[in-house]
Amino acid sequence: MDIRTYMQENVLLLDGGMGTLLQQGGLQPGERPERRCLTHPEQILAIHRAYLAASSRVITANTFGANRLHYPPEELEQVIAAALRLARTAAREAGAERFVALDIGPTGRLLRPYGDLPFEEAVEIFAETVRLGAQYGADVILIETMNDSYETKAALLAAKETCTLPVMVSNAYGEDGRLTTGATPEAMIALLEGMGADAIGVNCSYGPAQLAPVVERYLAAASVPVLLQPNAGLPQTVEGVTVYDVTPEAFADAVARQVQAGVRVVGGCCGTTPAHIAALAHRLQGIAPQPIQPKGRTWVSSATHAVTLGETPVLIGERINPTGKKKLKAALVERDMTYILGQALTQQEQGAHILDVNVGLPEVDEPALLPAVMEEIQAVCDLPLQIDTADPAAMEVALRRYNGKPLINSVNGKADSMAAVFPLAKKYGGVVVALTLDEQGIPATAEGRVAIARRIVETAARYGISRENLLFDPLAMTISADNHAALTTLTALRRIRQELGCHTSLGVSNVSFGLPCREVINSTFFAAALQEGLTAAIMNPGSTAMMQVYHAHRALHGMDDSCADYIAFAATLPTAAPAVPIAEEPASGSALQEAIRKGLRAAAEQEAQRLLTTVEGLCLINDEIIPALDAVGQGYEQGRVYLPQLLMSAEAAGAACEVIKDHLRTQGAGHGRCPVVLATVRGDIHDIGKNIVKLLLENYGFAVTDLGRDVPPETVVETVCRLHAPLCALSALMTTTVPAMEETVALLHRRAPDCKVMVGGAVLNPEYAAAIGADRYGKDAMEAVRYALEVDDTWRQ
Amino acid sequence: MNGVETVRVPLPRVDRREVLRYAGCRRSTPDMEALLTDCLQETDGLFTGQVCALTLPVTGTEEGVWLGTLYVPSRLLAETVAGCSRAMVFAATVGHPIDRLIARYSRLSPARAVMLQALGTERVEALCDTFCATRRVSPGYGDIPLSLQADLFALLEPHRHIGVTLQQSLLMTPTKSVTAVTGIKD
Repeated sequence: MDIRTYMQENVLLLDGGMGTLLQQGGLQPGERPERRCLTHPEQILAIHRAYLAASSRVITANTFGANRLHYPPEELEQVIAAALRLARTAAREAGAERFVALDIGPTGRLLRPYGDLPFEEAVEIFAETVRLGAQYGADVILIETMNDSYETKAALLAAKETCTLPVMVSNAYGEDGRLTTGATPEAMIALLEGMGADAIGVNCSYGPAQLAPVVERYLAAASVPVLLQPNAGLPQTVEGVTVYDVTPEAFADAVARQVQAGVRVVGGCCGTTPAHIAALAHRLQGIAPQPIQPKGRTWVSSATHAVTLGETPVLIGERINPTGKKKLKAALVERDMTYILGQALTQQEQGAHILDVNVGLPEVDEPALLPAVMEEIQAVCDLPLQIDTADPAAMEVALRRYNGKPLINSVNGKADSMAAVFPLAKKYGGVVVALTLDEQGIPATAEGRVAIARRIVETAARYGISRENLLFDPLAMTISADNHAALTTLTALRRIRQELGCHTSLGVSNVSFGLPCREVINSTFFAAALQEGLTAAIMNPGSTAMMQVYHAHRALHGMDDSCADYIAFAATLPTAAPAVPIAEEPASGSALQEAIRKGLRAAAEQEAQRLLTTVEGLCLINDEIIPALDAVGQGYEQGRVYLPQLLMSAEAAGAACEVIKDHLRTQGAGHGRCPVVLATVRGDIHDIGKNIVKLLLENYGFAVTDLGRDVPPETVVETVCRLHAPLCALSALMTTTVPAMEETVALLHRRAPDCKVMVGGAVLNPEYAAAIGADRYGKDAMEAVRYALEVDDTWRQ
Repeated sequence: MNGVETVRVPLPRVDRREVLRYAGCRRSTPDMEALLTDCLQETDGLFTGQVCALTLPVTGTEEGVWLGTLYVPSRLLAETVAGCSRAMVFAATVGHPIDRLIARYSRLSPARAVMLQALGTERVEALCDTFCATRRVSPGYGDIPLSLQADLFALLEPHRHIGVTLQQSLLMTPTKSVTAVTGIKD
C-alpha cells in the first residue's frame, strides 16, 4: 500500500529520536551524526530495528543534516546511499507496509534578507539531498525541525520539484507559539497546504504537554493529516549527559490524547527511545483515527501571520501601483526603495491588511524588479502581499520567492489566462483573484459575469485548485458611462457569493471614474458592496471616507467588540481646531534652521511649506537647509553632536527637501547637484552606513541613485556609465567582501575613467582604500559629503 | 542533544547610559534621552534572552587550549581558562525581532536605527553578563582566531536550540547574538 493511502485510513506511527541514541553510542559533540552510517553502520541498523520492533510504521533514515553544506559531493552521495540502504534493509526484514523516510533538517544557515543564504541556493541544497534520497529508495520525505518559514518553503519546493514522493513537513515552535523568525502555526498551515504538503505538523522544542496548544491550532485549521513528534519533555544536563524527563508511559498517554483529538501522524523527537514508541503503539491500539475534515478556509499569509478572508472585511492597500502615480513611477525606475517602503509602511499604519504590489512599467524589467521590490517590502513590513502583474514570467519568480501564501492578481475567464496562471497557483500556492471577463470582454449583465465565474471555478478544479482559493472580482465599471453599472456589479457580487459560495473582491474606485468628488461615490458604493457581502476591497487606506465606511460597517455588523476599533479610529479623525498654530511673523529662515538643528521633522516640513510661499525652492535649500546641516555637520566633526543627532537633523532636512522637491516638480524646475551612484558591494548585505551617506547626500541636493546591497561590479559600472555620474561611493562592512570592492573599483577605473570612486565602511582605512585603488576614503558621512561637494565643483566646471 | 543545555535568561533592566555610550553619545542630552525612551517603548517585550551552553574538559599550555577535542591556539584563551579543568562554551541571543525593527528604521529613520542598534547591543551584553559572571572571551578577541566561531557552531548547533545561525562571513543572525568561552573553577 502507498503511504498516502495508508495515511488516509490509519494513524501513522513514526519512529523516535536518533541523536540521543547515537550519543549514547559514543557520538562526540561536533561530530556529524550522518557520517555514522559509514563508520558505524551496525549501530544505525540496530536503532532502526529497535524502532521497527517497537511497531514503527515509518523509520527515518539518518540523513537529518546530509546536505552539501556539511559534506563534499562524493561523501554526500555515500552517506545518503548508506543511510537509505540501512533503513531499507531493516524495513524489509520487518515485513510489509513499513516505510522509509528521507529525513531533512534545517541547513543551519538563515536565508536572506536577514541571513546570507539566497533562497534559490537553499532550494538547490535541498533538491540535491532529495534527488539522492529518491534515487536510493526513500518512500516519503520528512522535512522537520524547521524554525524559519522561508527555509521551510525552500525545502518543500525542492521536494515537490525534484520528486513525486509524498512530503511531510514539521516545524519547531518556541514557547511563544511562533517559529524563531516569527511565523504563527496559521501562517505555516496556509503556506504548506497551499504548496501541497501531504501532512503537516509540529516536532521537537518541548514535550507533548507544552506542544498541545500549537497542535490544537493545527487541528482547528488544517485540512491535511496533522503530525506530532514531541521531545521526551525538557532536557536536563546531569553530569554532562542530557536526560529527558517524560517517561515512555507518560509520553504515550499524552500523545494518544492528541490522536483522539485528531492527530494522524505520530512519533517522537529528541530524547524519545524505542521504549517511548513501543508504549505509544500499545496505547494507540483500539483508538480509531479521527476523520480529516476539509476546513475550506480562504487565507493568505506573510512571513509571520495569516489573514483569513470572509470573516471581517479585508482591506487591500492599492498605493504600490504606478498607474497614475508620478512619484511612484519615478521611484520604481530609479529603484528608490525608500519611497516604496515608505508607501508600504504608511498603508500598514493606516490599517491595510494586505498590500497590492504592482511594478508594471514599460521601461522596467518586471521579472527582475517585482521580486526585488517584494523582497524589500517583506523585509520590513509583515503584511501579506498581493502579487499584481500581467507578466507570467514576473508572476512565477515572485510566487517562488514570496515568503508565505500570497494573493495573486489576477486570472480571468480567457483560456490563455487560465492556462498561464493556474499551474503557477497550483505549484506555489496562493489565492487567485479572478476577474469576470473573457475573450468577449466584460459582460454587460450580472448573468454573463456569473457564467464566467462558474467556468473559472470548473477550470480551476481541473488544475486541482479548489474554490476557496479563488477570490472573484465582478468588476466595478464607471457609472458615468452606464448608470446601471454599479447595480450590475452588486448583483453579480451577490450571486457569486450565493450561487458559487465564493469570496469576492472589488477595485472600488473605478465606479466613480469621470465624476467630481469621487470619494462620495466610492465610499457609498463600498458600503453597498459590503452590505452585499463583499470580502475584500482594493482601496486607498489613506482615504478617510473609505475608512469611515469600513469601521462603521464593522461596528454595525457585530464585528467590532464594544465598538473598540471604531472608537479608536474616531479618535484619529481631525477635529475642528487647527492642530498647530501658524506663526504670523514675516518669513525668516531661522525657524527652519532651528527645526533642522533640533532634528524636528514635522516642524521642518511645516516651516519649509510656509517659506515656499515667499522664497524660491532652490534658495531655501542653499540659504537655509545647507547652512543648518553644515552647522550640525561641523558639530559632529568636533564631537559636540552625536551620530543619532546628526541623523535626526538629516531626517528633518530630508523632510523639508521633500516638500521643496514636490514644489519644484510642479514648477518643472531642474535639480541641484551632480549624480552620485551608491552601492554596498557584492556579497555584502550591510547597509546602515550606506543609507546614512545617502540621506546626507540627498540633503545636499545630489541626485543619488542607490543600487542597494550585494550589487555586482557590472551593475555599478553600467549605472555609472548610463548616468554619466562623476562620483561613485561604495560601502563594505566585512573583510570578506573587500575583494569584491577592489574588483568594482578596478572595473570602474577601466570602464568609467572619469568617475571618482569613494569607499567607506568598517573594514577600511585610508591606506587600505588607497591600496585597492579608490580615489578617496570616506571616514564618515560628513566626510563623504565634503568630498562629493569637491567632485561637484569640478563637475560644474 | 549532545549535552547542550538551553536556558531562558530573564533580562536585567536597561542601562540607559550604556545604550547611549554604544550609540556614540558621550554625554546625556535631552533629545537623545527622548529618542531612547521612545525606542524603549517600541521594544517593550521584544527581547527574549536565550542561551545554549556546553561544558567541555579543558587542558592548556601557555600557547593554546584543548577544548574537548578542539585545539585553539590562543594565549588569551589559555589565560582565561588557566587553573580550570572545565570550560563552558555558549551562544546567547536576544532574538530576531530587533533585527526586523533595525532594518525597518534604517530605511525610515537612520537616527532611530542607530539607537536601536545600540539598545540591542546593550541587551545582549547584559544577557551575557547575567548568564556568565566570570571573565569570558569570544572568537576574534585578541589573538583568538575568528574561525573559532565555526567550531563553536559545530559544537553547540545554536540554530537548533536558540535559532542563531552563522553566515559565511562568520557573522551571526540574529545580529544581537554572542558566542563565548569561559573557564569553570572547580
